[in-house]
Amino acid sequence: MLIPLQHILIFAAGLFAIGLYGALVRRNVIGILISIELILNAVNVNLIAFSRTTALNPVTGQVFAVIVITLAAVGATVGLAIVLALYRVRRTIYTDEVNLLKW
Amino acid sequence: MVNLAYFIPLFPLASFVFLIFYGKRLGPKSAKVAIGASLAALVTSLPFVIGTLRGAVFQSQFEWLRLGGAPLRFGILIDPLSAMMLFVVTVVGTLIIIYSVGYMHEDPGFSRFFAYLSLFMFSMLTLVLADNLVLLYISWELVGLCSYFLIGFWFEKDSAAQASKKAFITTRIGDVGFFLGILLLYFTTGSVRLVDLNPEFLGTFAGQSQILTLAALLIFCGAIGKSAQFPLHVWLPDAMEGPTPVSALIHAATMVAAGVYLVARSFGMLVTFPDALPVVASIGTFTAFLAAFIALTQTDIKRVLAYSTISQLGFMIAALGLKGYSAGTFHLMTHAFFKALLFLGAGSVIHGTGTQDLREMGGLWKKMPHTTWTFVIASLAIAGVPPFSGFWSKDEILVAAFNAGNPIFYYTLTVTATMTAFYMFRLVFLTFFGKPRKELHVHESPAVMTTPLWLLALGSAVMGLPGSPWMHHAFQTFIEPHAHGVEHTANPLVMQISVACGGGGILLAGLIYLLFPALAPFFGRILKPLYLASSRKFWFDELYQATVIRAWYGLGGLLNRFDQSVIDGAVNGTGLNTLRLSDLKNWVDIHIVDGLVNGVGAVIRGFSSVLRRLQTGLVQNYMFVLFAGVLLILFFELNQ
Amino acid sequence: MSHLLSWIVFSPLVAGLGILFVPKSKMDWVKWIATGVTGFGFFLGLLVWAQFNPLDTGVQLLEDHAWIPQIGVHYTLGLDGINFPMVILTLLLSFLACIGSFGIQEREKEYYFLYLLLTTGMLGTFLALDLFLFYIFWEVVLVPMYFLIGIWGGPRKEYAAIKFFLYTLAGSLFMLLGILALYFFEAPHTFNMLELGTRTYPLFFQQVIFLAFFFGFAIKVPVWPFHTWLPDAHVEAPTPISVLLAGVLLKMGTYGFFRVSYPILPEAAQWFRPAMAVLAVIGIVYGGFVALAQQDFKKMVAYSSVSHMGFVLLGLAAFTRDGFNGAMLQMFNHGVITGGLFLLVGVLYDRAHTRDLNVFGGLGARMSVYSGILIFFSLASLGLPGLSGFVSEFLCLLGTFPVYRTLTILSLTGIILAATYLLLMIQRVLLGPVNPKWEKLADIDRRELFTLVPLMIPILVVGIYPKLILHYLTPSLSALLTKLGVLIP
Repeated sequence: MLIPLQHILIFAAGLFAIGLYGALVRRNVIGILISIELILNAVNVNLIAFSRTTALNPVTGQVFAVIVITLAAVGATVGLAIVLALYRVRRTIYTDEVNLLKW
Repeated sequence: MVNLAYFIPLFPLASFVFLIFYGKRLGPKSAKVAIGASLAALVTSLPFVIGTLRGAVFQSQFEWLRLGGAPLRFGILIDPLSAMMLFVVTVVGTLIIIYSVGYMHEDPGFSRFFAYLSLFMFSMLTLVLADNLVLLYISWELVGLCSYFLIGFWFEKDSAAQASKKAFITTRIGDVGFFLGILLLYFTTGSVRLVDLNPEFLGTFAGQSQILTLAALLIFCGAIGKSAQFPLHVWLPDAMEGPTPVSALIHAATMVAAGVYLVARSFGMLVTFPDALPVVASIGTFTAFLAAFIALTQTDIKRVLAYSTISQLGFMIAALGLKGYSAGTFHLMTHAFFKALLFLGAGSVIHGTGTQDLREMGGLWKKMPHTTWTFVIASLAIAGVPPFSGFWSKDEILVAAFNAGNPIFYYTLTVTATMTAFYMFRLVFLTFFGKPRKELHVHESPAVMTTPLWLLALGSAVMGLPGSPWMHHAFQTFIEPHAHGVEHTANPLVMQISVACGGGGILLAGLIYLLFPALAPFFGRILKPLYLASSRKFWFDELYQATVIRAWYGLGGLLNRFDQSVIDGAVNGTGLNTLRLSDLKNWVDIHIVDGLVNGVGAVIRGFSSVLRRLQTGLVQNYMFVLFAGVLLILFFELNQ
Repeated sequence: MSHLLSWIVFSPLVAGLGILFVPKSKMDWVKWIATGVTGFGFFLGLLVWAQFNPLDTGVQLLEDHAWIPQIGVHYTLGLDGINFPMVILTLLLSFLACIGSFGIQEREKEYYFLYLLLTTGMLGTFLALDLFLFYIFWEVVLVPMYFLIGIWGGPRKEYAAIKFFLYTLAGSLFMLLGILALYFFEAPHTFNMLELGTRTYPLFFQQVIFLAFFFGFAIKVPVWPFHTWLPDAHVEAPTPISVLLAGVLLKMGTYGFFRVSYPILPEAAQWFRPAMAVLAVIGIVYGGFVALAQQDFKKMVAYSSVSHMGFVLLGLAAFTRDGFNGAMLQMFNHGVITGGLFLLVGVLYDRAHTRDLNVFGGLGARMSVYSGILIFFSLASLGLPGLSGFVSEFLCLLGTFPVYRTLTILSLTGIILAATYLLLMIQRVLLGPVNPKWEKLADIDRRELFTLVPLMIPILVVGIYPKLILHYLTPSLSALLTKLGVLIP
């Protein structure tokens, strides 16, 4: 049974919306990082979906997805490293408390 | 042959240089160097002295400077006058240096002393040999310097340091006059050579007689300073702070006589412009009297001699001022011998007793026979007892005064001669005779000191003979081959009065101090004002201290304050006002110029304080706006 | 060696730049480099001496290159009888003062760099024959001097340094105006002093320009009443800098009269000379009296400089051959004598850390060599015949006497004053009972002797046989006098 493209797109959009919401609202940096992962994964889902249905060469979308996953991993690593460093210095990981550069 | 004369001063100079560098290492041997140099000078000068006796005059020159195109030559002139000085300086100098070996024995500055003495001999010999006033002035200053060094020889004593400074500065005041006199003479006549100071040459400038009279008087100022004449006489008594051989050499026999030598040198000038003569005579006579009067009551053996020296120098100056050229120079020579002997004798007494105070001495003749008898010979000479040297020379001065016209000179000088005999024998009786007034460990001085004493005693006894009628006034014809109109004949009347005065003075002194010692305090009481004036030296020191010296230093202090407050004040005031001005500008800058700029800034700031609220610093807010923007764009894009 | 004069001027600067690259671990090198190059300079000075022809009244060893051709600025160096003794004096003093600087412990690198820069400035001022170049060197001297006083000086160093700097700068601004006025007065515009000296200007213009130059030079000399920077600067400056200040910098002022004011503005000089003579005599007497009242050794020497430089001005105002010769010789002698006196003050200060004349006494017994040398320099300074000070003062007075009789007589007071304050100083420092506080003062050491003995030699030699130096000055000075319209007999 082939899931229609619309469903997948709706799912991905939902996923993106959740991620966006988390990224905008969460004060906890780790939460933001997870939310960004969600956004990236929503994109991945879209990429895969389009590669199966509309792409001339189905491999293209998959390659992109793999690259995005890699980048996401790199991003998460760097992000977590920053979080650790931040925590060591400021003893907090809440973004509103990290305001040294503000004005 | 003449160039050999350059070596006369060079021997002592070499000795000086050598002793300054190696004296410490040589120790006691340094005296030998100085004596050797001085003896060498003596031996070298002998042929010249003998030459002049035969009528020769030695001259030699070399160019030293070019003044306004004309060369200033330095050189040597040995004529009878300088030959006489040469003889006195080398003979007396050598004897005194030998004597010093005993006197300065075991002094820590032994070699330094002989170095200074050598330097003095060099300077003095240069002074005597100089053939022009500039070189004479140079060596004149140098002897002053040596005097400064030697008075302050025991410089750790405050009084010595003070006295040396006083001597140098006081004489320098006279020297400035001397210097000015040289300038005047040079610019009027174009010559500073001593041989040109004769009536023939100067007579051609008769039109400028006023200036040249002034020049002569200014040159005489130098002599006033150097020969300690009134009013610059105050330094010489203080100069007795120096070691006694120095007092004998510099402050009795040679250097102070240099003033007389200078007057004798400029005698041609004085004769040509005779307006200056009364001044010279008056100053000499007055000084002679004043100093003799002060000497009457002094209690320090050396101070009595110092005032006696001033007085005798006054005699010489007076003689020259009264046209007694040969009289003044003759007395200069005899005085050198007997006064040196007196000082050395006093030194021997001080050396043997350890005190300089007459009131503590007495009856020394048994323990110090050599010193006593030589001292008595010298005293007889200075008191003018025939046939000792002083009699002949002093007699000739009195003759000159007698012939001078104005009787006041003659009377004053005769009275002074009496006082001279009195104070000298007061000194002799108080020191050597009578009963000892205090327990002193007296001992006679060693042979190295007594031998020069006896040699000088011989000189004191016989040096007058060449000027006596017995030898047909040989000295006078030698020193004054072209007599300036003065006949050399003995005046029996003056001679008799002079002998009577000398004898009277001695008798009076014997009466008061030997036979009836109670008389001295008695006279002191009834003549109290005179006694006080004499013993306080007429308050000259106090007077100068209160006026000239105070004014001098006071002016220094005043100008210093003026400098600090007014001149520097003006400078600092300018600085301060500049600062104030810049403060003002600063205010303008801050409130007006900067105000404008700041105003613009403030407006911008006002806006920005509102706007900056947008910058929350939270990335999420930015992201939200971003997304909102994207959505808006999408919305409009899709609605088209 | 060609370009000898350029070598002399710039070798200190080059060495100074080199010093900046000496590594910290080799700090010792710095002073040896400086000593080496100043010694080398002195050696070059001797070479110049050997090449210098005293009979030639013109400029010798001339170096002339266009530098900024658009405005006619040339790089012109040259030597004649007027600057020759000054150059020798500067080379000698900068060498000796460099050795005298060995006591400086802090910030050596900067010190020696500034010191060498100062040397270049001084030499350049004396050798430059182009007004523009002259002015540049003149100002170059100020800057290192400011820092040398301001950093290595005594307690009131900032005050003294600023006072010195501002005062002299104010003076030299007038001078700059004068230079520009001379430049623009007549086409073709030129800064060449020799060229300017051949032109004629109207009297009023000359007077104004003379006055402008006068301010510049008089402050430097210093002429009374512009002298008050001098005691402060001297007292606060470190010893070697005082030496250069008194020995060389003051002479830049009087040299300016000889080099710029007189030859270029002869009529104005004639017009102003009575005023100069009066100021000179005031300076002589006034400086002497104030020196008498000083308690500080250095200040006393500083005021004595005011008095002695007065004789130079007096000789300058005389317009006679003897006066000029005396003034020139007095410049040289005063440099040597006062330089020596400042070194001697420094020797004492290094040991006792005070310069108060009242606290000393009896040092003659403890420091015999030192006392001998101090007495020697003092006697030279008070004009004892046989030493150099006498000859120059004698010539100054001799030269002035026929022209200004009364003033000369008044200035003789200065001679008595010199004896008074110097003997008072000797009495206070060396004579009298030993102050137990100074019981253990060490006598002068070998390095210090090495700085002083070379100064004693010219004092003695010039004093005994002045022709040795006068012989180099007289032709050029006579040429100057001819230009000034004075007939030479």
